[in-house]
Amino acid sequence: MAFSLNYQKIDDILAKLSSDYDIYAPVRLVGEGKFSATDRIQYDKITRAEQIVYNEKSDFSPREIISPITQTLFYFTENEFIENLPESRSIIIFARPCDINAFKRLDKIFLENGDFADSYYKSRRDKVHFALLDCKGGWESCFCVSMGTNKTSDYSLAVNFNSKTVEIEVNDSSFNKYFNDIKQCSYQYNFVKKNKIEVELPEIRPEQIEKISDLQIWQEYGQRCKSCGSCTAVCPSCSCFTTRDISYKENKKAGERRRVWASCLHPDFTEMAGGHSYRETAAARIRFRTLHKIYDYKKRFDTVNMCVGCGRCTDTCTQLISFATLLNRLSQEIKKLSVLEEGVEYVSKSSSS
Amino acid sequence: MCQNQVAAKNHLKPIAYQVEQIIRQTAQEYIFRITCSEEVKPGQFYEISLPKVGEAPISVSSITANYLEFTIRKVGKLTNYTFQLKAGDTIFMRGPYGNNFPLEKFKGGNLIVLAGGTGFCAVNSLLEYYYQNYNQLKSLYFLTGFRNQASILYQNRLAAYQAKFTQTIYCLDEEVKAGFKQGFVTDYLKELPLNKLQDYYLVIVGPQPMMDAALKECKQLNLALEKIWFSLERRMSCGIGKCGHCKIGDKYVCVDGPVFNYSAIKNLID
Repeated sequence: MAFSLNYQKIDDILAKLSSDYDIYAPVRLVGEGKFSATDRIQYDKITRAEQIVYNEKSDFSPREIISPITQTLFYFTENEFIENLPESRSIIIFARPCDINAFKRLDKIFLENGDFADSYYKSRRDKVHFALLDCKGGWESCFCVSMGTNKTSDYSLAVNFNSKTVEIEVNDSSFNKYFNDIKQCSYQYNFVKKNKIEVELPEIRPEQIEKISDLQIWQEYGQRCKSCGSCTAVCPSCSCFTTRDISYKENKKAGERRRVWASCLHPDFTEMAGGHSYRETAAARIRFRTLHKIYDYKKRFDTVNMCVGCGRCTDTCTQLISFATLLNRLSQEIKKLSVLEEGVEYVSKSSSS
Repeated sequence: MCQNQVAAKNHLKPIAYQVEQIIRQTAQEYIFRITCSEEVKPGQFYEISLPKVGEAPISVSSITANYLEFTIRKVGKLTNYTFQLKAGDTIFMRGPYGNNFPLEKFKGGNLIVLAGGTGFCAVNSLLEYYYQNYNQLKSLYFLTGFRNQASILYQNRLAAYQAKFTQTIYCLDEEVKAGFKQGFVTDYLKELPLNKLQDYYLVIVGPQPMMDAALKECKQLNLALEKIWFSLERRMSCGIGKCGHCKIGDKYVCVDGPVFNYSAIKNLID
């Protein structure tokens, strides 16, 4: 069922929904952009439709709603750890297919990887309903179609904002009650079919990894990358974190154990006690991140790739590294490797015959 | 999917244990004996957790019915604080985590254990297991090396292992001492009667440069690489496959390891 509403009506419905749900959507933070006099689009709680920025890509992903940048796991004294599991109401997140698909990637890590589910992630994730934000083909850096993340069936509502009206498709009957007496319409969500850019994903065989890690392309990107980690901070499917303890100024024996987002681009990501670390160059770290996004994750879980093609890493990079371009170039380099290998095999076969 | 089985338990919550005894090994390395009767297998580790300081993965160096031992080197923030603990104090831990050495696979075989420096701590539980269950192996060769006299670990156990195992080779990198050969432990692998052992398994544990050198030596000696197991050490925050710090390629050292067969990691690049 689909409904057409004006902004007054949608606000009434948002008000009703707000009594049952915490509603999150991309909002505008005026003047808080990366450059002076620019805005930042970031997820926050909303209660009115006009707060929702529906026609721009958010700079940050909705991941922080479920997995906050900083999260207190425990309050401790010297003798006790007290759990701080988030108690949350049910949640509605306005998001596009790429970001909803990214939550599936996070689910794999936080709920499935290893033997145990992460209680902190699970306690909020279980309560999430998605309101699918209409996407009119994406932006300059988007490549969801190439990643197969342009579609999803995991949504309770699908919403198309126009200047005067809002069309809503209800895909979950538990939400019908909010739409009594509203005019029906024939709106149906249109998934993006084509982006401005296409990405060709490399085909990688496990035995090629050593040669791939020796490719010159990593050195080239490594010279540009400043290891700032912005790409991982805006990524909707990045999940890494570090645990940190802090003690209170007033009583140094008490404090909090916190989880803070971590970045594999930072030089200390692998540093162990004693100072030894792995992947000491930016080149090695870019290679690590890239291969995780388009090879390792897929191989481990025998599923889709981790990258959802939202392009936020490209948008935020101060060194103007385009992840789509990197992937396309990598595919070409790997093709050259394969041709070389096949050539060698061909030569050895023909010389032995 | 494991969502159902865990609903209630928060696996990140540290549990309080009591420090039973602290045994000094060297100026830098102490054994912490913790009262604990949990079932632990040789090769596994715990996240040792100190309020205000943080958590670090430490391998179990000795397993008994009533206590576990952790041999800790004073190298970082957490380990420095650990050295302030006294017998009777509370210590928080989570675990045991990770896989273990494949005892079933090794059964009836010839086993070579090659440990460098603190790598000894990670294999000691395995050596103790075979010290008590020696009939499970055909033979056991143990090679270990330390930097100098001051860094020798488990003096009494070295003697016991020498008396019991098929052959032991102990060395010091920098100094001369009776009972110890001089040089890197990896240089002495070729002194084993490798050609007489039709079938053998090899366990290599130590600092990364030592393990790299050992692998190079194994390649030079034409050893069957698929019969080598490594125990890897990586930075970890969670120990349960979430934080991402220990990931190498498609493997997580905390949940897939720390013990890896060479064939599982040969295509992984750090």
